[in-house]
Amino acid sequence: MDAESLLLSLELASGSGQGLSPDRRASLLTSLTLVKRDYRYDRVLFWGRILGLVADYYIAQGLSEDQLAPRKTLYSFSWASSLKRRGGGRKPGNQDHGDVVGSLNCMEWSLLPPATEEMVVQTSVVKGRFMGDPSHEYEHTELQKTNEGDKVFEEEVVVQIKEETRLVSVIDQIDKAVAVIPRGALFKTPFGPIHVNRTFEGLSLSEAKKLSSYFHFREPVGLRNKTLLEKADLDPSLDFMDSLEHDIPKGSWSIQAERGNALVVLRSLLWPGLTFFHAPRTKNCGYIYVGTGEKNTDLPFML
Amino acid sequence: MEDLTSPKQEQENQEPGEAGRPWEEIAASSQDPESGLSEPLEPEQWPETGPQPRSSPAQSPQSRASTPLADLTGPETSSPLSPHQEASFTPTLALARQEHSEKTTNVSPKAGTPRSPLSSDKGESTGPPTCQSEGNAFQQSQQTKHHLYGPEDVSDNNSKQRELRFNIFQEEDSNSNCDVGHAGPGVSEAAPSLLEIAIQSAKAYLQKTSSKSGLNLYDHLSDMLTKVLDERPENAVDIIESISQDVKMAHFRKKLDTLQNENEMLPIYEIAEKQKALFLQGNLEGADQELEDEIADNSLPNVMESAFYFEQAGVGLGTDETYRIFLALKQLTDTHPIQRCRFWGKILGLEMNYFVAEVEFREGEDEEDLEDEDVTQERDDGDSEAEENDEDELPRTFYKTPQAIPKEESRTGANKYVYFVCNEPGGPWVKLPSVTPAQIVTARKIKKFFTGRLETPIVSYPPFPGNESNYLRAQIARISAGTHVSPLGFYQFGEEEGEEEEEVEGRRDSFEENPDFEGIPVIDLVESLSNWVHHVQHILSQGRCNWFNPIQKSEEEEEEEGEEKEEEKGEEPDYMEQEVGPPLLTPISEDLEIQNIPPWTARLSSNLIPQYAIAVLRSNLWPGAYAFSNGKKFENVYIGWGHKYSPDNYTPPALPPVYQEYPSGAEITEMDDPSVEEEQAFEASREAAALPVEEMEDTEEDEDEEDDDD
Repeated sequence: MDAESLLLSLELASGSGQGLSPDRRASLLTSLTLVKRDYRYDRVLFWGRILGLVADYYIAQGLSEDQLAPRKTLYSFSWASSLKRRGGGRKPGNQDHGDVVGSLNCMEWSLLPPATEEMVVQTSVVKGRFMGDPSHEYEHTELQKTNEGDKVFEEEVVVQIKEETRLVSVIDQIDKAVAVIPRGALFKTPFGPIHVNRTFEGLSLSEAKKLSSYFHFREPVGLRNKTLLEKADLDPSLDFMDSLEHDIPKGSWSIQAERGNALVVLRSLLWPGLTFFHAPRTKNCGYIYVGTGEKNTDLPFML
Repeated sequence: MEDLTSPKQEQENQEPGEAGRPWEEIAASSQDPESGLSEPLEPEQWPETGPQPRSSPAQSPQSRASTPLADLTGPETSSPLSPHQEASFTPTLALARQEHSEKTTNVSPKAGTPRSPLSSDKGESTGPPTCQSEGNAFQQSQQTKHHLYGPEDVSDNNSKQRELRFNIFQEEDSNSNCDVGHAGPGVSEAAPSLLEIAIQSAKAYLQKTSSKSGLNLYDHLSDMLTKVLDERPENAVDIIESISQDVKMAHFRKKLDTLQNENEMLPIYEIAEKQKALFLQGNLEGADQELEDEIADNSLPNVMESAFYFEQAGVGLGTDETYRIFLALKQLTDTHPIQRCRFWGKILGLEMNYFVAEVEFREGEDEEDLEDEDVTQERDDGDSEAEENDEDELPRTFYKTPQAIPKEESRTGANKYVYFVCNEPGGPWVKLPSVTPAQIVTARKIKKFFTGRLETPIVSYPPFPGNESNYLRAQIARISAGTHVSPLGFYQFGEEEGEEEEEVEGRRDSFEENPDFEGIPVIDLVESLSNWVHHVQHILSQGRCNWFNPIQKSEEEEEEEGEEKEEEKGEEPDYMEQEVGPPLLTPISEDLEIQNIPPWTARLSSNLIPQYAIAVLRSNLWPGAYAFSNGKKFENVYIGWGHKYSPDNYTPPALPPVYQEYPSGAEITEMDDPSVEEEQAFEASREAAALPVEEMEDTEEDEDEEDDDD
């Protein structure tokens, strides 16, 4: 959700029960403005919150002029008071700032490194909840085969994975899988970059209830595989992203019209915690993720 | 050239003006040499358009004939064109509007002509009968033309271009019979190229009728150009927008669409109407009633207050939605005899969500539904009777369905509270049925999304006994048992009731609010989880909160009551060991860990102002379950999908063990048939037996028995 209209968006997304406490809201409003200035972003999105066991990660994303360009992800997190007292807390990032841990709440932002394929593979072995400490290291024992002469030995190798790496890869996965934008909110300029469509007036009511009018907020993947016939009706300046309707498995979205059609809410079932909201016929739309950062692999059983 | 062509063309070019019409200029372009040839087909129309074209009979043939050469001899041809245009335009002014209807037929004949350069050798006599009359003259001209232009590259080019154009027009022309006949062969001979298809589809696109105005761009453009050519304004390109607007405004259409859009917004009004009832409640009641309510009915919880605290914790449904829920709860407490009411939480569904209210009816006023129990009892009776009657017949199945564990009485155990759900605040509250142990046990093995409709059947591998309302109720029971916590000391065991229950069932405890509760400092609540206790009974793996001995029940008479059995169970040799869960008011610090993940996370709502912060407790076992306490007050809420957390993937339960076959023993195996020797020996022995009695051998004895059996 846009950092500038954070309050309205939060109100709209509140149907899933996940919100922000007043002090978090206020601090986000302040700090995201500063983030936008310092990092020179065109737009700053408040991406959401990943719930950790001792602390939560607050994630924001900075967008450049080209909306589909690789996004910069920032995070901030709050130490639980218990941890703070034990003095076990290390400050996130490298910024050397006073030692008031409390001020870190949604105020100090650290840049996350870009996600790579390697990271995703590496962190896929980690299960369970986030701890809330980016320097926490998960230990994972792997059996590695080593050849010595003719014999093959199996060695147990302990791989250490930093939570920060896992955070990067999870955010990247969620972004690629379920970041949503309504059709027409972005448009492709003739020169290639993708801009916010200023003439977007929201989806009509009938469109808003269809999955086909929502797109994945990412570079298209499946578009090239479409047949000519399917492409025939597409508007190249608007339909340049993948639509949600072909997501696998079918039914990985729950689409609801709440408040008597005044609000359409999409909830991802694959990544429970991601809520997308759109008020038909208005520009208000956005998504927020509040959850544990775990993929729901049980989806086929649950439908 | 002109000498050759003009006489021939004059034969049929009765309608020179036709070429000069604006439409021709635009669409047919000046390169079309045979456009004149089309005219023979139009004698019928002639009367309408006839008079004017005559004005320039001499020029038009020239222009047509010479245009093919335009590429070669541009300057020459350009001169005949312009006068021709001017000449022909003035008369056709009046026709501008009719153009459309005529187009269909006027242009059509041209369709036939393209073939001529390509395939005039065939004579093209294949035209349909309707065209046959003109055929002779037509063919002649075609042939001559062919001779004239055929050798030249130019004519080929032109013909190709015309082919394209012809295809474009073909759609329009489909009305006229002649045309179809001509068109057919024309198309087949010229292989349709990609370009043609593209042009066709582009034209089809242009002709799409707008749903708003009923116009299409194709007509609009042609109208615009007609207007431009008619009026000949200076610098037409500069005022093209206003021309476009003028043309559009010239169309006056009655709005034929009587459908109204208002229906689309209907659900908004519906829900608003429903919720209006919520807001009107207070006003409708008089002041007297309000007083009465305050005194008598103190059951309404202060939803807004707890919502405020939950908001501090970052949990909640938004202010207005919470207030609607508040009003909906008021509606519920006003219409039912409710002693105590709570907002339990919200369960998300695929299509709709559930708002859940937890209520306790006033003493004696809650309705019981005993139907389920009756049904099960009847079934049991039927089985036993059947067994008794049919002893002599073939063996009946030994398998007895496992003893159904009866559900707990209302107001006890997992059925202590009654739950009402609604899909949206303002909607009707639906009472959920009481939960049975079987449902809880099965619900533990499955993981399903709620759809939002209570009647949905639950399709799952261990068959779930009930529909979604039962599943919802079972999940509510499990969540309540797991996540309803209170600060230590807020509740204490009720003295009288506690004693009774210890005697009676041992495990059932009830509690009451501790009047002397002085509150716990918030910081302690966050620091130590042992300051929080469960105040809802643990659900045993049996599916009940209070132990029920299933083995004994099967052996005892069915009418026996649970209490007696409970006492007697010690005497039974094969009684199942009683399952024990953590007792009531156990600190949550003793909760089981989920694979090294602590089951609870406690924190302060604000680190900035710790003196006024509240303690927030988050369940990691049931994501979405929260509790807060400011030291004195506390509340629990659940907002989520209604599923338990597990770091591992859901695994369907293993299949039940395959029932082993009967072991092969003495009852199954038979002996070999008696051999001849044995029978002879037996005969001999019988004879011997008939004689004075002799000693008998063991083997013979056996055979004897066998024979008797046979």
